[in-house]
Order: sequence, then C-alpha cells, then structure tokens
Amino acid sequence: MTALAVDGLTVRFGRKLIVDNLDFKTNSGKVVGVLGPNGAGKSTLLKAILKLVPSSGSVKLHNRSIHNYTAPELARAIAYLPQDRDIAWPMTVAAVVALGRLPYQGLMSSLTDEDNAAVEGAMAALGVADLKTRRISELSGGERARVLMARALAQNAPVLIADEPTAGLDPAHQISLLSLFRNLAGQGLLIVLTLHELHFAAQWCDHLILLQQGRLVANGQPSKVLTADRIRSVYNCNVRIIEDADGPIIVPISETNIRSNNSG
Amino acid sequence: MARVVLILTLAAAVVCGFLGSLVVGPAALTWKTSLFAVLGGDNEAARIIIQEIRLPRALLGVMIGATLGLSGAALQGYLRNPLADPGVLGISSTAALGAVLAIFTGASAAWSFALPSAAILGAGVAVVLLRVLAGKNAGTLTLILAGVAISSLAGALTTLTLNLSSNPFAALEIVFWMLGSLTDRSMLHVWLAAPFMIVGWICLFASARTLDAMTLGADVAQTLGTDLRRAQALIVGGTAVAVGAATAIAGAIGFVGLVVPHLLRPLVGAQPSHLLPASALGGAVLVLAADIAVRVIEPSRDIKLGVLTALVGAPFFLWLVLKTRREAL
Repeated sequence: MTALAVDGLTVRFGRKLIVDNLDFKTNSGKVVGVLGPNGAGKSTLLKAILKLVPSSGSVKLHNRSIHNYTAPELARAIAYLPQDRDIAWPMTVAAVVALGRLPYQGLMSSLTDEDNAAVEGAMAALGVADLKTRRISELSGGERARVLMARALAQNAPVLIADEPTAGLDPAHQISLLSLFRNLAGQGLLIVLTLHELHFAAQWCDHLILLQQGRLVANGQPSKVLTADRIRSVYNCNVRIIEDADGPIIVPISETNIRSNNSG
Repeated sequence: MARVVLILTLAAAVVCGFLGSLVVGPAALTWKTSLFAVLGGDNEAARIIIQEIRLPRALLGVMIGATLGLSGAALQGYLRNPLADPGVLGISSTAALGAVLAIFTGASAAWSFALPSAAILGAGVAVVLLRVLAGKNAGTLTLILAGVAISSLAGALTTLTLNLSSNPFAALEIVFWMLGSLTDRSMLHVWLAAPFMIVGWICLFASARTLDAMTLGADVAQTLGTDLRRAQALIVGGTAVAVGAATAIAGAIGFVGLVVPHLLRPLVGAQPSHLLPASALGGAVLVLAADIAVRVIEPSRDIKLGVLTALVGAPFFLWLVLKTRREAL
C-alpha cells in the first residue's frame, strides 16, 4: 500500500524555488533515503511533508492529503526528528521521551499505562533506559541524539521522518540506529531520512531520492541511483565504489594525491 | 509525589503570608484581634482596619503575585528563554503607559474599567511588538534588547505625558503609583482586577501542554499536534490581560516573574507545565513577603513594594545573565 505520495510538490521562499515540482511515492515497510548536496532542499522537502512550511502540489499520507488531517491526527500519523537537537530546559530523559505521547493526551490527563509502555519501549530500543532519571543537560551529544530519537519513536506513528539522524553519532551508534530503522521498517513503518553518508545510503536504504537544487535527479533502488558518474555530477566529487555483500561501499576520494605536498 | 509536596508547601506558605499580611501593620492590633476582625468581630475599629485596609492589600498581594509568577513562567516557556519576565520585556512599562494615559485623558475618572482596559491594551501592544522585533526564534540577546527598547520607549512616553501635565500634584501621585505599591488599595480594586486576572490565568494554564512541546522547538511542537497560533493567542492575551490588570492596580512590580520561575524550575524537573502552578503560588508568596517586609523595615515611611522587588531582583537578573552567558560559552 502506498504510504506516502508526493505529487508536484513545490516550495518557494520568496522568489527562490527550494523544492521544484517533486513527484515520488513509496510503500510502507521501507527505509527511504533522501540524498543531495548541502542546500539541495532535503530538509525543506521533509518539512513540506510535515506541513511545517507552506507548499503547493500534493502530499498524501495513506491516500489522504495532509491538509485533510487535523493537527492531532497528523501527529499520530507522522513523527519528526529534526536536525536541530536543542532542548530548552534541563528535563529528565524520561520526561523528554514522554513528550512524544502528547498527541495522545488531553489538556489535563496524565500518562496512561499505554503511554508508559510506549515510553519504556522507546527508551529500551535506543539503549537510554539506564539514563531515564538523568537530566538531559548532563548527557553527551550522542546520548542526547538517542534520547530525541526515542522521543520520536514514542510517538508510535506509522511514518517517521528523520533529518540527518546519523550526524554526530559514533560508528557503533550509527550502525545501531540504522539497524533500528531496518527493524522498524520490518514491522511495517515507513522511515524517510536524509543523510550524507553515501555508503549508508547504499547499504541500508531500500529506496533513494536524489535531489539537486530542489529538483529530483534520480529516484529508485540504491544501486541504480548511486552511479559514479551521477555522484560526480551531483556532488561534484569523485568516489570509489567497492562491491560488498550488503551493497556497494562508496567512498569519496580526492582527485589529487592527498599527501603530495608533504611527500619527499 | 515530590511535586505534590512542593505544591502543598507553597500553598501553605501562601496561607501563612496571607495571614501575616493581615496581622502586620501600623495599627497595633494583636494577631487574635486581627484574625477575628476578618470575620466581623465586635471591635469596630479593628474591623474597619482589617476589612477595608489590610484584607484588600493581602488579597491583591496574592492575586498580583500569582499573576506575575505565572506569566513569568509562561513567557519563559513560550520564548524558550529563562530571562523572560513581564518587567524585563517591557510589558509592565507599556501597561503603565496605558494606565497613565487613561488617567490623564480623564477616561479613568469617567469609567472605572478604563484604567485596567488601557493597561491591558498597553501590555498587549508590548507582547505583539516583542514578537515582531525579536522574531520567531529569537536568541536571548535579541529578546532582551527588544525588551529594553520597548521599556525605554514606554518610559519616555510616560515621562512626556507627565511633562505635559498641567497639575504637578497629579503628576507626583502618578510617579509614586508607578513605583509599585499595594498601600491604600480597597476592595473595589480587588473586584476591578479579579475578573481580568482570572481570565488571564485560565488562558495561561490552557497553554500548558504547548509549553511542554515547545521545549523541543516550534517545529517539533507543531508535529506533536499543538496549535501554535492558538497557544500564541492564549499566552499573549493571557499575559496582557493579567499583567495589565495587575499593573493598573499596583503599578510596576518588577522581577517577580523572573526570580520565581527560576528558583522553582529545578524543583519541578524543569517541565514548563509543572512550573505554572508552582510559579503562581511562589509569586504570591514572594509578593506577600515583600509587602510585609516594606511594612516591617520602615513602618513610618512608605517604602514602595516595586522598589524593594527591584533592589532584590536586579542583582539577581545580572547574576542570571552572567550564568546564562557562561553556559552558552
């Protein structure tokens, strides 16, 4: 079933076109990577899907336009993990993760058993259950990033939109986050994420969307999208592609000998 | 559980402060006579002193303190900034300007609700101006600068109004009123302010969930299903109505909204929605205590409440600025 269908999506900031007439669709149970150089419009595309910026064209979530969802309905349908990891107040980890349950709560009601189960489950999935009574201000950058991911997961939405979730994590935590995304996709969720690591995109995503200056350059399976020529033209960068059992390993390389100045 | 204990402790402190405010004063009444006089009693002089002088003063102390504490906590949550406060951001001074204009144009003499209405309008203009000047995701510095600009402008316009006044005695009276005080207020003032304040409190409490969501920034708050426009209307409107009414009755009492949320934040786990009731009670305790202090320190001279809160609050504000700066580095 089509979980997300984007049709003629266009976003303008003033006169500047940020997202230019994009079309793509994807089913549930997938990990979809949105790629492109800095300023290609990746974050803005995510925000347009989330109704955070005004856009023209259509975005349909489970065959229903996002404009036909009420705010709480949309909040239960789609969760967002932004790039910005700012948390205004030094709340406890458990309290931050519990913010993910706000779409299920009334003005006065407190956390139900179901809410608590979702919060505990999300903290366990991200390995932050041990930190739950700690203040967010005492955590390292990586711990903070995982707490915020747990917050988005606690929202229990069938679609998760994550803006550069792997940025600033150490390799072990990058891999465990990507494995979590694969697990969630296995349970039927749709994960849409932006990322800059081409090797992660090639190995962990089911479907890639490559953007350049707001336009769709390629859309499809990683092996079809990430060719050396296309990467060179879009990213203005040479890569070496090494075939591996889980998919190609794509490494950016320099055109000149890196240590030529020091040699001799 | 710890939160319930905190709220009960603060509520008990409000009751103590309230009773203390009834008992302390220049007329030498024993505490027994004072407390009996609230309910009537047979001592006519005591009954008049308590019911017509001290009771309104104590009630206004609770109401105005709660308003300042609550609006400080709500503004800090909404602007994601621990330096936000109705006084620092210029909301109290524009409310005062509105009130002064109402007095000088004679509107307040013609219609008693004109004074609070003009003050509320002034406060509303300040909050809207702040949003426009400082933008949506304003940093601490921009926000404080915008507040300083609004404060100075309102102060200058107030001074101009006094300057143009033909009656020097009226001008002097206004100056004293602006220093902030609960002296010589009557039950009429209580009834005049109460409806506005209650509406303001309801608006501010209704925004509690949004304030929690705002902890993660405006974008995430929106994806959590909160309606930011509604929240903005509630917080802007609620602050303007409640602080406007407080300023119209008691003049500008600064720094309560800054100090109280800051002291109580660690005790409620920093969650903005939990801070609201605690700050309302804490604000009431602080204003009652300060108002008792001005009577105890110099009973013969009328030290203004606003002067005392500024003397304590301004150094605290400086310390907070330094601390925020150190944390940002």
